[in-house]
Amino acid sequence: MLPRETDLPSTDDVIEPDRLWIVIVWNDPINLMSYVTLVFQKLFGYSREVAERLMWEVHTLGRAVVSSGSREKAEFDTFRLHRHGLWATMQRD
Amino acid sequence: MQLGRRITRTREGRFRLKIPPEEREILRSLPGQMREMLGTDHPALRRLFPPAYEDDPERSAEFERLMREDLLDHHRGHLEIMEETADATELDEEQISAWMGAINGLRLALGTRLEVTEEMYDRSLSESDPRYPALALFFYLGWLEEQIVAALLAGVDPAGVPGAPDPPPPRDGG
Repeated sequence: MLPRETDLPSTDDVIEPDRLWIVIVWNDPINLMSYVTLVFQKLFGYSREVAERLMWEVHTLGRAVVSSGSREKAEFDTFRLHRHGLWATMQRD
Repeated sequence: MQLGRRITRTREGRFRLKIPPEEREILRSLPGQMREMLGTDHPALRRLFPPAYEDDPERSAEFERLMREDLLDHHRGHLEIMEETADATELDEEQISAWMGAINGLRLALGTRLEVTEEMYDRSLSESDPRYPALALFFYLGWLEEQIVAALLAGVDPAGVPGAPDPPPPRDGG
């Protein structure tokens, strides 16, 4: 039988159960779809395919989780997205 | 407005600007106007400083207190580069990126003030609308930004950066 631990993410970030934060980008009527794709590629290094998928998620569902991690990482990503004029918020997952 | 590409990527990875004088005139005047606005607490700027925590106004205020100056400097830096290169016929990647940031910031402020909606992109502008000049400027800047983005995207590897973090999986909306 496999030990339960293998179900857990393998990052050593996960010490406190409430430590994972997510960064959400919300849809807005001003930022261009191509621009949002470019920002996702540039900030996170995502492939075009992933960046476009996230952009469409924002556009059609109104929001998408674009990154996750420690609170510090989420704050950093939120700030970088704000610098690029995207409507980003962070919250505990 | 004359149609035709204003911004193209050269084979050397630079960016050629072919912008008619009457458009240059407008573009030259915008950074100064925006810089002036950035020094105020004009409500049209709210999209440039969104709350960082959706459900925590206190933490959002703290985040803004720490980051607002930095964000302002960032925007001012873009405006400065756009102003300095307003008459250039060719830009490097850093300069064209600054133009993109400046124009995007301008569109955020203008679009917020005009209460732009997604439906407005499909409708044609009516010249009898009192907002016509401002709306025409908003859509012109969007058209220009679209070209800058396309030129920049052409230089970004579609495969992404090796070792980049895994993207979050798709979720249901809600």
